[in-house]
Amino acid sequence: MSMPAVERLGSATLRHLEYVGGLVIQLRNALGALRPTLPLVGNPNRWRSAVRQMLAVGVDAVPMVGIMAVCAGFILAMQGASELRHFGAMQFVVDLVTIGFTRELGPLLTAVAVSGRSGSAFSAEIGSMVVTEEIDALRTMAIDPVEFVLAPKFLAALIVLPCLTIISNACGILAGGVFMRLSTNMAFDVYFRDVVHSMALRDVLTGLVKSLAFAMIIVQVGCLEGFRVRGGPDAVGRSATAAVVKSTFLVILADVGFTAIFYLTGGK
Amino acid sequence: MAGALEASAAGPALSVRDVVVSYNGRRVLDGINLDIMRGETMVLLGGSGSGKSTLLRQIIGLERPQSGQVLVNGVDLAKCTPSEMKTVRRSIGVAFQDAALFNSMSVEDNVALPLREHTQLAESTIRLMTWMKLAVVGLQESGKLSPQALSGGMKKRAAVARAISLDPELLVFDEPSAGLDPIVAAELDELILGLKRAFNMTVIVVTHEMASAFRIADRMAMLYKGSLIAVGTKEELQSSSHPRIRQFFDRIPDRIADAAGIDEHFRQYLEGSGV
Repeated sequence: MSMPAVERLGSATLRHLEYVGGLVIQLRNALGALRPTLPLVGNPNRWRSAVRQMLAVGVDAVPMVGIMAVCAGFILAMQGASELRHFGAMQFVVDLVTIGFTRELGPLLTAVAVSGRSGSAFSAEIGSMVVTEEIDALRTMAIDPVEFVLAPKFLAALIVLPCLTIISNACGILAGGVFMRLSTNMAFDVYFRDVVHSMALRDVLTGLVKSLAFAMIIVQVGCLEGFRVRGGPDAVGRSATAAVVKSTFLVILADVGFTAIFYLTGGK
Repeated sequence: MAGALEASAAGPALSVRDVVVSYNGRRVLDGINLDIMRGETMVLLGGSGSGKSTLLRQIIGLERPQSGQVLVNGVDLAKCTPSEMKTVRRSIGVAFQDAALFNSMSVEDNVALPLREHTQLAESTIRLMTWMKLAVVGLQESGKLSPQALSGGMKKRAAVARAISLDPELLVFDEPSAGLDPIVAAELDELILGLKRAFNMTVIVVTHEMASAFRIADRMAMLYKGSLIAVGTKEELQSSSHPRIRQFFDRIPDRIADAAGIDEHFRQYLEGSGV
């Protein structure tokens, strides 16, 4: 406690650098382990495991992601409308919702939902495997834990996060349409014509690129927290919390970075 | 695989040479030297904190020593290539203390896992081999169950079945009798003896259960505070006059052993009992 401030700052910096280094090393190993996980060319057991993960991470998350997107769609439309109404610019609510979701809210909300649902589950699952020596058992059986445990989750998240993001976009935009129908009596076909008009391919694609990066962060942080569990069951609980906190933090950090890049490279 | 192993078949199955391990500047293993011969059962004895679990992790290649070597069939675990390591690991079966079975799989899938991962055998062959391994440990009826449905003793036997699924030359047990009642623990001892007889495996057992150690050991090694203080047959260890061995065998608390000086304690103990 009596450590001088400089020393504390230094040790905290080193700790964070060490953590990021651990993430990078794990990411490199995980990318190497993706090939055996692929269907046809890889080990069919890994692919089966990845499919199970896709169900858990993706399909089971659809209701939650959908409801969150519908709520956020309504919120965005209402907040926008309350201002735009004064200028008689209600039709811009359509642009607001469409652009807001495809560029930003769709990927971000999905990442937050998946981080909460699956990031914590990854770390808890791996953490308890560490505590019960299952990870050690894998290594003594000459099975790489990164390939056996992490890679299927990684592949699954890389596939389902963009899909969930598209679902989230659709639900949010749909909610915007319902709001417009109720508040301004705008017909759905008019609404969707405006949506198509204001939707840019670039926005959708940058959103999906973000979602891939978020998938990477959620899986790598969740799994690293799990692999780093030392001690007993209480450490597993702490790792699950840390997984959500750190991955949400890093997702938002990465989002700022991506948005800045897209902004500077000529996004409208 | 066979070629490399035959070449070194004359030497010990496992050699530990001057192994030093420290955690945060504290020496946990302080220059361990130990040879384990082919076909023998070596029991590693030691109290809590003696370093026996650390030595076990070195032997099965989960950790690397700061200095020294661990040689399995003459292959240095710290220097070997990943493919050599894979070969070495396939020749070692480990039964962990709490079985370490994967709860997401059935018992038979646990036992079949090493076969599915490391062989190209047909599924029907794998099923048959798995059934045979389960039969060896007496669990042929329980293959379809989840590990969670097994009792403590059954879990450990399932772990043994998984450890022997690739027919390893070296079988390692971490605290096989921990958490078991004496009858189940004795059954596990018989299983270890039976496996050794049937498959002529080299067996390493880490334990602090004296009854079990005496039942199964050909030789014993005693660890105390990170050093090996004795290696020998059970008779040699039993007749040893080393104070720490006597303390361990006669279950004397540290408080008494350290306060009075254990030699003094023994003098009094022996005089008092009129021997």
